Amino acid sequence: MVDITIGAAGAIQPAEVKDVELYHPKSWVTKYVFSQDAKVIAVQYSITALSIGLVALVLSWMMRLQLAFPSSFSLIGPAEYLQFITMHGMIMVIYLLTALFLGGFGNYLIPLMVGARDMVFPYVNMLSYWVYLLAVLVLVASFFMPGGPTGAGWTLYPPQAILSGTPGQQWGIILMLSSLILFIIGFTMGGLNYVVTVLQARTRGMTMMRLPLTVWGILTATVLALLAFPALFVGCVMLLFDRVLGTSFFIPAVVELGQHLKYSGGSPLMFQHLFWFFGHPEVYIVAVPAFGIVSDLISTHARKNIFGYRMMVWAIVAIGALSFVVWAHHMYVSGMNPYFGFFFATTTLIIAIPTAIKVYNWVLTLWRGDIHLTVPMLFALSFIVTFVNGGLTGLFLGNVVVDVPLSDTMFVVAHFHMVMGMAPIFVIFGGIYHWYPKVTGRMLDEMLGKFHFWVTFLGAYLIYFPMHYLGLLGVPRRYFELGETAFVPQSATTLNIFITIAALTVGFAQMVFLFNLIWSLFKGKPAGSNPWRATTLEWQTPETPPGHGNWGKELPVVYRWAYDYSVPGAEQDFVPQNQPAIARAA
Amino acid sequence: MSITILFFLAPIGVIVAWWLSRQRLMAKPWLDVSAIGEVPDTGASSSPAATIGLGVFLAVVSSLFALFISAYFMRMQVADWVQLPAPKLLWFNRGVLILSSVALQYAQVAARRGRIQDVGDGLIVGGLFALTFLVGQLYVWRQLNAAGYFLFTGVHGLHLLGGLVALARTADKVWRGVEVGQVRLSVQLCAVYWHFLLALWLVLFSLLTPWVGDFARLLSRVGGLRRTKSKWRT
Repeated sequence: MVDITIGAAGAIQPAEVKDVELYHPKSWVTKYVFSQDAKVIAVQYSITALSIGLVALVLSWMMRLQLAFPSSFSLIGPAEYLQFITMHGMIMVIYLLTALFLGGFGNYLIPLMVGARDMVFPYVNMLSYWVYLLAVLVLVASFFMPGGPTGAGWTLYPPQAILSGTPGQQWGIILMLSSLILFIIGFTMGGLNYVVTVLQARTRGMTMMRLPLTVWGILTATVLALLAFPALFVGCVMLLFDRVLGTSFFIPAVVELGQHLKYSGGSPLMFQHLFWFFGHPEVYIVAVPAFGIVSDLISTHARKNIFGYRMMVWAIVAIGALSFVVWAHHMYVSGMNPYFGFFFATTTLIIAIPTAIKVYNWVLTLWRGDIHLTVPMLFALSFIVTFVNGGLTGLFLGNVVVDVPLSDTMFVVAHFHMVMGMAPIFVIFGGIYHWYPKVTGRMLDEMLGKFHFWVTFLGAYLIYFPMHYLGLLGVPRRYFELGETAFVPQSATTLNIFITIAALTVGFAQMVFLFNLIWSLFKGKPAGSNPWRATTLEWQTPETPPGHGNWGKELPVVYRWAYDYSVPGAEQDFVPQNQPAIARAA
Repeated sequence: MSITILFFLAPIGVIVAWWLSRQRLMAKPWLDVSAIGEVPDTGASSSPAATIGLGVFLAVVSSLFALFISAYFMRMQVADWVQLPAPKLLWFNRGVLILSSVALQYAQVAARRGRIQDVGDGLIVGGLFALTFLVGQLYVWRQLNAAGYFLFTGVHGLHLLGGLVALARTADKVWRGVEVGQVRLSVQLCAVYWHFLLALWLVLFSLLTPWVGDFARLLSRVGGLRRTKSKWRT
């Protein structure tokens, strides 16, 4: 046993974990622009992701205006409609959600929550952000190229993605594929950091089973992303070859405008396999960090330990593993062997089990909790409700026989916007309201926050519930204009107008949120170091916002798990992780 | 596609399961409050972060090439497939890459024994052989003009190029005369990376030999059998 000295500030143990040599910035530029500090990189990632997300939001308004008032507005034509759909989807899924959860929350929270001074490879971490920014700029550049951005749909299915009927065939598709390739390279740099930091840089006493679930979520999602993104990489590189060099990886013999193209023998189905081998884990790359963050928000704001911590960890790992064997449920209508479909339907339904365990545990955490309806808590609760609702329609679509008629209708659009759009974005909002005080030292305004929450939450339901109904009516997705059909009644148009008005209102609420972000930076109520009275390490830093190197002179020592709320007999209703047990007699 | 990918996912799954089994997942952290001086070991590996980082990176690269190869197998099964030719130069390239790997191994052993001079020699020789290999590859590309081959070996070559950057930085340190202890880890990681790229190259190289075509046909025949069987059942 080692020697122990007990001082006024507690015990100081000889470090098992060697303190790291930090890079010390010498100028303003290396401190705030080319910074190697994970906290600055996190803010850079977040601002970039939110900015590009704003572009995607505006694109969705354009599409909604077109759908609701096809004859009154002539802002966009059919080609732009397809282009905006593509860019909206790709930006939201990859450049906003993935980047914000892993690059933003991951960079900020991992070192602080595990008690490290920084990421293990700070230089690579910095490169990761700059490559990501380059990817975003390349993507944005495609708006200004002749022919505009690609209109191939966010799944970029060949052969249509690179044939001349599709808008953006000239430059848009090339820039899109290049941008994705860059994104994946940048992400891999960051991802190596997140994984190795969690594995190797945990402070004394921080066992894996003492980690907050946020870190478990981000770690699992990063591992999924590191293994799944290569599939998208392979698909993108091969498609780029087909487009630029005229190879035939994915393109079969095609007659275009009466002319035989030089392609022959490629397999479009192969692209779908590659795409969805990435695409389905991608759903969990976004969902699993959300699961983790929501667990922490609920526990903190209900002043109660998370119910079934071990089971939560196992469920996260199980979901991660299963997410690799469900990809072909996106391909029921692609003409693959129906027995394959049966296999993938089974695995898809099995994934509902660990997910349901998580939902039960959240609900049981709330049971008899001292629930504080703060803004982060409201968003966390809305996540649970929305994820369950969106997940239920997932059970519909996971079954082959139900999926076939519903595929390519608005039902699918409503389903994935609920489960993969709104649910994770609620967690992002909740996370921002929760950790903003730590990042800036000031609280976000609560009145504005509640306004933002209620409009976004209710608005989301007003948008997507009717959309399910439209889907059941048979309204197809990706259509610029409905026109006259035998099966879609006139009332569908009225419903479309209703949805558009709801969508614009929700969009307005996001402007209020942005205003709140900027206003509170200067005028917000000072937060103090631990406004939510939370147990996890990031709230125990000596300075707020945390300084360079996070922890001052001494790394913290962890004595307990992350969820000691309302412990019987304790002085306060929370016990921070770095507070030791009362020493037993030696 | 799915069968080839399983070959890759299975070892990754085993590694992850092995690691998880060592993290005391059955512990009850809520009961386990430490007193001062009794904090448990974190369970982190004793290897340096850079080694773990390289390990994770190699897993990512394996994933990338496993997917390339499964795409290659899938494409092979389409009727118009032409077996890629394997020019003589490829055998030369293979020899050069093996020599490069041997030189790096030599440098690594020298670093472990503390002979800094030999470390420098090993790195330079290894680097030169690697460059020769890349030049050789460029010649093969000019001869072949086959996109599939270009894609595979191009991505492999880019990885080797990245390795050369790391190698050059390490060699630079050796030239500037640092202690052997300060480059030991870098040399070791370079050697591991080189061996990995060599193994990868041997796998890619074997794809060019005709038996791989037979193997792919075998796989498709297994798939075909399954299809006939299911026809009987219905």
